[in-house]
Amino acid sequence: MNATIDRLRYRSQLRQPASERHEDSHPLTWRLREDNESIDLAEYQRKNGYVGTQRALTEHSASEVIDIVKEANVRGRGGAGFPAGVKWSLTLQGEDIPRGYLVCNADEMEPGTFKDRMLLEQQPHLLIEGMIIGAYANNSRFGYIFLRDEYRAAAVSITRALNEAREAGWLGKNIAGSGFDFDIALHTGAGRYICGEETALLNSLEGHRANPRDKPPFPGQSGAWGKPTVVNNVETLCNVPGVLQHGADWYQQLSGGRSDDGGTKLYGVSGQVERTGLWELPIGTTGEELMALAGGMQSGHELKAWLPGGGSTGLLLPEHLELPLDFDSIGKAGSRLGTGLLTVISRQQSIVALLRNLEQFFARESCGWCTPCREGLPWTVKVLQALERGEGEPEDIELLQQLGKGLGPGQTFCAHAPGASMPLTSALKYFRDEFEAGVARPHTAVEEA
Amino acid sequence: MATIYVDGEQYQVNGSHNLLQACLEMGLEIPYFCWHPAMGSVGACRQCAVKQYKDEDDDKGMLVMSCMSPAKDGTRISIADDEAEEFRQSVIEWMMISHPHDCPVCEEGGHCHLQDMTVMTGHDRRRYRFNKRTHRNQDLGPFIGHEMNRCITCYRCVRFYRDYAGGDDLGAFGANDNIYFGRYQDGTLESEFSGNLTEVCPTGVFTDRTHSERYTRKWDMQFGPSVCHQCSVGCNISAGERYGDVRRIENRYHGEVNRYFLCDRGRFGYGYVNRDDRPLRPEGSDGGGTRRELDVDEALDRAGELLRHANGIVGIGSPRASLESNHQLKQLVGDDNFSTGLVGNEQACVERMRSLNESGGLPTPSLRDIERHDAVLVLGEDPIQSAARLGLSIRQAVLGRREELAEERGIPLWNAEAIKTLAQDKRYPLFTAYPQATGLDGIAEQHWNLAPADIARLGFAVAHEIDPNAPAVTELDVSTRESAKLIAEKLLAADRPLLVSGGSLGSVAIIEACGNIARALAKCGKQDAGLSLIRREANSTGVEMLGGQPLEWALDRVIAGEADTLVIVENDLYQRLATETLDAVFAKAPKLIVLDHQRTATLERADLALSSASFAEADGTLVSMEGRGQRFFQVYEPRHMRPETRLHESWRWLHALAAERDSEPVSDITLDAVVRDCAERNATLEGIVDAAPDADFRISGQKLARSPHRYSGRTAMRAHLDVSEPAPTRDPDSALAFSMEGYSGFDRPRPVVPFAWAPGFNSPEAWNKFMDEIGGHLRAGDPGVRLFELANETSNYSAAIPDAFVRGDDWQLTVLPRLFGGEETSSRAAPIIERSAPAHIAVARADAERLGLGNGHWLSLTGQFQALTLPATIDDHLPEGMVSVPAGVDPALINGARVSLSRIQLDEEVSS
Repeated sequence: MNATIDRLRYRSQLRQPASERHEDSHPLTWRLREDNESIDLAEYQRKNGYVGTQRALTEHSASEVIDIVKEANVRGRGGAGFPAGVKWSLTLQGEDIPRGYLVCNADEMEPGTFKDRMLLEQQPHLLIEGMIIGAYANNSRFGYIFLRDEYRAAAVSITRALNEAREAGWLGKNIAGSGFDFDIALHTGAGRYICGEETALLNSLEGHRANPRDKPPFPGQSGAWGKPTVVNNVETLCNVPGVLQHGADWYQQLSGGRSDDGGTKLYGVSGQVERTGLWELPIGTTGEELMALAGGMQSGHELKAWLPGGGSTGLLLPEHLELPLDFDSIGKAGSRLGTGLLTVISRQQSIVALLRNLEQFFARESCGWCTPCREGLPWTVKVLQALERGEGEPEDIELLQQLGKGLGPGQTFCAHAPGASMPLTSALKYFRDEFEAGVARPHTAVEEA
Repeated sequence: MATIYVDGEQYQVNGSHNLLQACLEMGLEIPYFCWHPAMGSVGACRQCAVKQYKDEDDDKGMLVMSCMSPAKDGTRISIADDEAEEFRQSVIEWMMISHPHDCPVCEEGGHCHLQDMTVMTGHDRRRYRFNKRTHRNQDLGPFIGHEMNRCITCYRCVRFYRDYAGGDDLGAFGANDNIYFGRYQDGTLESEFSGNLTEVCPTGVFTDRTHSERYTRKWDMQFGPSVCHQCSVGCNISAGERYGDVRRIENRYHGEVNRYFLCDRGRFGYGYVNRDDRPLRPEGSDGGGTRRELDVDEALDRAGELLRHANGIVGIGSPRASLESNHQLKQLVGDDNFSTGLVGNEQACVERMRSLNESGGLPTPSLRDIERHDAVLVLGEDPIQSAARLGLSIRQAVLGRREELAEERGIPLWNAEAIKTLAQDKRYPLFTAYPQATGLDGIAEQHWNLAPADIARLGFAVAHEIDPNAPAVTELDVSTRESAKLIAEKLLAADRPLLVSGGSLGSVAIIEACGNIARALAKCGKQDAGLSLIRREANSTGVEMLGGQPLEWALDRVIAGEADTLVIVENDLYQRLATETLDAVFAKAPKLIVLDHQRTATLERADLALSSASFAEADGTLVSMEGRGQRFFQVYEPRHMRPETRLHESWRWLHALAAERDSEPVSDITLDAVVRDCAERNATLEGIVDAAPDADFRISGQKLARSPHRYSGRTAMRAHLDVSEPAPTRDPDSALAFSMEGYSGFDRPRPVVPFAWAPGFNSPEAWNKFMDEIGGHLRAGDPGVRLFELANETSNYSAAIPDAFVRGDDWQLTVLPRLFGGEETSSRAAPIIERSAPAHIAVARADAERLGLGNGHWLSLTGQFQALTLPATIDDHLPEGMVSVPAGVDPALINGARVSLSRIQLDEEVSS
C-alpha cells in the first residue's frame, strides 16, 4: 500500500528551497519540509500552527472574522477570484436558520493545475485551520473536504491530520475552549471534472448526479441538503489562517504593490520550459518573472502562446507575459487568471491539435444537463478533428465561431461550456490561419509547413 | 399582478410566474421543452432564451432563460431579438444532432412537441455532418415503448417519474452527450403512472405500446371527450378511434380533477372495448340450449314477450353503467323492483360515504383541492391501488411542504430543483393505516399495519383525542392510544388536514371512524379540512344516489318466488357473488335479459342478451367519488365501419324494451330526454342536466368536430364495403359531429374538447391553450357539475366501535384492491392482464415461520365457499392472524371472512 502511495506521489513540486521561504512572506509554503513529507500536527504546531485559529475563535466574533477576511480582500483561488469575505457575508445565519456546512473544494481537476494537491499532501493542517475559521465565521455545523479521487496520497495525509486534530481538540466539541463545535469528514469524489463546480459538487456530495444547480438560490442560502453552505477552494482556505494570525494589513502588503489584490499566490508552469513546478510568489508577479524562474523555454522551443490558469482560460500571446498575473490584469487582456498555473505552448505545437485535445476533455466532462454544452462541445470536437485531419470544410471556421459564441456565459446552465469556449474563441482570434490550414488538406503546424 | 414589457408592448401578468409561463399565457410564443406547468422549471434545455434588458436605456441586454426568470414588475424582454432567435435556432440544431429524423415512422409524429418547436424556431437546415450518437432500447413492459435515439435530453421523463410520481426504477444514466433514460436493466416499469411518460416526453422516446399495435396518426383519429370508467376518481380522457377500434386513451385536461396526468389502468385498460368476443348483436337461446344472433326486431319481440309474461320482474343495475342506463332500467321495472347491483356490504359502505360527504362536517375536495392540504390521514385504503390518480394527488399534497419552505426563503415556486434541494425530505405529515404496505408509505411520517377492526379503532381513538365528546374506544391498548394522540396532534396543528378513507376493505366501521374524525375536526373549526372517500367503481356513487336495493335482495326475490324475470344491465353477477350463491338462484330458472358490452358469465346465461355499447360507443353520465356528475360522449359510431353491428347504449335498449312490453311502437329517444327525465325524477340528481351542453349546443352555428381538420381517407376507408361514401352518421345525442367538419378552434371556448389542438401545437402541450391560466381551469369551465354539497348540519358521532381484532384458530381474510387485475373491465384488456401480478395468498411472516411456510408453497383456502388453491407469499407487514388475497381473484372471497388454511403438496412450487 505504502509503495503504491509513494509511487502515486508527485514529489518536489515546489521549486523554492526552504532558505527562500519565510513566515512573513510565504504563508502558504514556509513550513514545508525539504523532503516533501506531510507535516504532522506536532511539527505544524511547532511552526506556529493553529495560532490563527486560536485567535479567531477566542478573540473575535464570527462577524469580526468575516470583516477581517473582507478587509484583507482574500480572493477565491479556485479560479473565479470572488472575494471570500463577501461570499461568507452572504451566508444565511440567524436564529431561525439551521446551521449548515463548510465544504472545501479539493476536486482539483483543471487541466495543467497541481497546486492544491501540494497543499493537501504536505500541509493538511493549514487547510483544517482554514476550515475551522471558515466554519466559525459562517456558523457551519460540519465540514467536508471533497477530494479528487486520484489524490490518494492526499487522502492519506488528510485522514491522518483529521485524526490528529480531533485528538488534539482542534476538531470536535468546544474547540480551543471557545464553545464552538465543528468536525470535518473527508469525501472522495468519483472522478468528474464538473464536481469542481461548487453546486455540482454539492449534488455529488448529497449522492445525486453531479449536475450543477441554478443560482439563485446560492449555496449560502440553500446549499448542501438545503442548508446554508460555503464552498471554498483549498488554496483560498489556506490563506485564511495567516490573515487571522497576522492581520489584514499584513496580508495586503504581501503583494508588495504589484497588484491591487493582497497575499501570495501559488503559481506554476508546465509545458516546454526548463523547470516545471510551483512557486509561492506575491500576487501580481508578472508572467516574465515566472517564466524566468521556470528557466525559460527548453532549447529548440519558442513560446507561441500560453494558458494563464488552466484549460478553461483563454490563450494569451508571448507579449502578454509582461502583465501582472492577477485576476484583473489577465481579465482585461481577454482571458482569466484561473488557477494561475501557466501552460506554455511551443511553436512546434499545433493549436488545432491542442484545442482538439482540450475540447475533447471538456466534451467528455460535460454533465449532460444543458443542451449547448452537451451537444455543442462534441460537435466542436468533431469539427476540430476534421480540421486536424485536413478534412475541414470552408464553413467550419464560422461554425466554430458560432459554437464558441453559443457556449458563452449566460447561455449555458453553468460555467463549464463558457470555460471550454474561452480557449477556442481566443485560438480563433490569434491563430485563425492554423484553422484555415486544416480546410480540405492535411494539417500540420503552421511553423513546420 | 406585474407589468412587463415584451418587444415594446406592455402586458399585465401574474408576477409569481416565470417569464416563459407569463408570455405563453399572453399568447406570446416562446419555444420550450424542459419546463412543464406541473413540474416547474429547471433551465436544462435552454430553448426558451429571450433577451432581457436592465432598464429602458439598456439597448444591449443579455440572454436569459425565460423559464428561469421571474416575471417581476418592470421586466423588459425581447422575444424577437435577433440574437435570441439565433440562439433558439442553435438549441434546436444541437438537439437535432443525434435525433434520427425518423418522423415518418415515429409514432409521435403529428402530435410531437419537438416537431412543433422545430417549426416554431425555424430551424430547417442540417449542418452537422458527422456520425450520430446511438443508444440501445429497452423492453419496458406491455405499456411503454422505448426509442432512445429520439431523445433530446430534456429530463422531463425522470422528473415526472421520480420527483412527481415517486418511482425509482427509471433514471438518467451516463454523462456528456451519452445520457440515457431508462431502467438499470430491461424490465417492466414499476410505476402506476408510467403512461404519462408518453405525454411528458416531448418526442417519441416513450410511446404507448397499446397504440403501437393498432397505430393511427393523431390527425387521422376520431376523438370522444370521455370519462374514465376504470375507478371512481372520474378522470377525463380523450379516446381516439379509427376503423372502428379504440386506438389510444390520452389525458383530457380537467382543471379540478386529473389535470395533466392519468394512471396506467385508465390509460391502458381500454382493450376490453376492442375484444373479438364482444357481443356485437343481440343473442337469444334457440330452444335446444344453443345460442344464435338475433335481428333487433326479433330481439325486441322476444324481450316484449318475456316482459309481458313475467311473473315479477327485478332490474339489476350496475355501478359500472351510466346513470342514464340505470335510470332507464329503474323506469322499466319500477322503483320497487330496482337493485343497484351493489352487494349489500358495499352498498352500505357507499351509503355511509355519501351521508358523510353531505353531513360529516367537512367538504369533499377535488383532486386539485387535495394537493393543497397540509396533513393527510389515510384510513383503510391504499389509494395508489384503489384510486391511483387520487394517490398521486396525495403525494403532491405531502410534497407541498416544499412550497411553504420555499416561500419562507423567497425561492419562486417554479424553481423546481431549488425547492427540492431546500426541502430535502421535509414533507407535510402523512399517516396511513392499512393491513399491508401501501404505495404511499415511503412518504408517510408513520404508517401502521392493522386489521380492519383495529384501523377503525385507531380512527375512533383519533376522533376522541381531537374532541373528547367523540365516543372513546374502550380497552384501547397503550400504543394505539399514543398513535391516535400523535395523529390528532398533527391534524390539529395543520391548517388544512385531509382525511381519506373508503370502502375497499368493506368495513363500514372504518368509514364511520373516519366520519367521527371529520366531525371532530369540524367542531374544532377546521373549515378548510377535507374528507375524501373512495368508492370502488366508476358510478358506484351515482347508482347509489339513484337509489335501489342491494344485489342480494334481488336474488332473494327470485328464490322467494316473487320474481321470475331478471333484467341485468352491464353487471356480471359472477364478479360480485360466489358461484354457489348464484347457482342457487339460477336453479330457480328465472328468465334472464342481460344487457352488456362484454361477454360475461352472466351474459352467457341470458335467455336474451342485448349488445350494449361500451363507453366508446355510448353517451352517459357518471358520478365520481367527489360527487361530480360528468358526461362521457360517444367516440365513434360502430356501424360506420362494421354495418353488421347492433350496439346501442343500454338506456336506448331499455327505452325500446319498455315500449315492447307495453306493445307500443318504439319512439326515438335522445340522451337529453333521458337526462332530463332522470333529473326530474331524482332530486339528488337534479344537477346532471348541467353536466354538459345539450345536443343542440352550437358554436357559430356549427357542431363540434370529433376529428382534426386533417383527417384523411374518409372516402377510402370504407371502400371495401361500398365505393360510395355515406353521409357522416348524425349524432342526435350530443353537440359533437362524427366528422372533421365542425368547430374545432379554441378562440371561442368549447365546453367539450374531444382532442387538444391549437395552431402550432399538435402535441398534448396544446391543452395549455385552453386554460384561463396555464395549469388552471378550462376557459369554458371545467366540465361536470357537483351533485352533493356539505350540509350545514353535522350528523352525530357514531358509536359503532368494533372490538379489537383477536387472532383465532382460523384466519381473517382481507381482500386488497389492486390497480392491475382488481377491476372487472380493464382486467379483460391484454396489457393489463400481462401487468397483473399472479394471484397469491399473503401470510404474515411470523405466522409463516410458525407453520413452516415459504414463498411459493401451495395453500388451500377454505371457508364458506369452494376451496381455493393459491401460492403463498410471506408478507412483512400483514398483522398476524390475517391472510390477504388481491381483488379480482374470486368474488367468493369477501373481506372479513373467517377462513382456514392448509398446505398442500403440488408437484411444482411457484417461485415468487
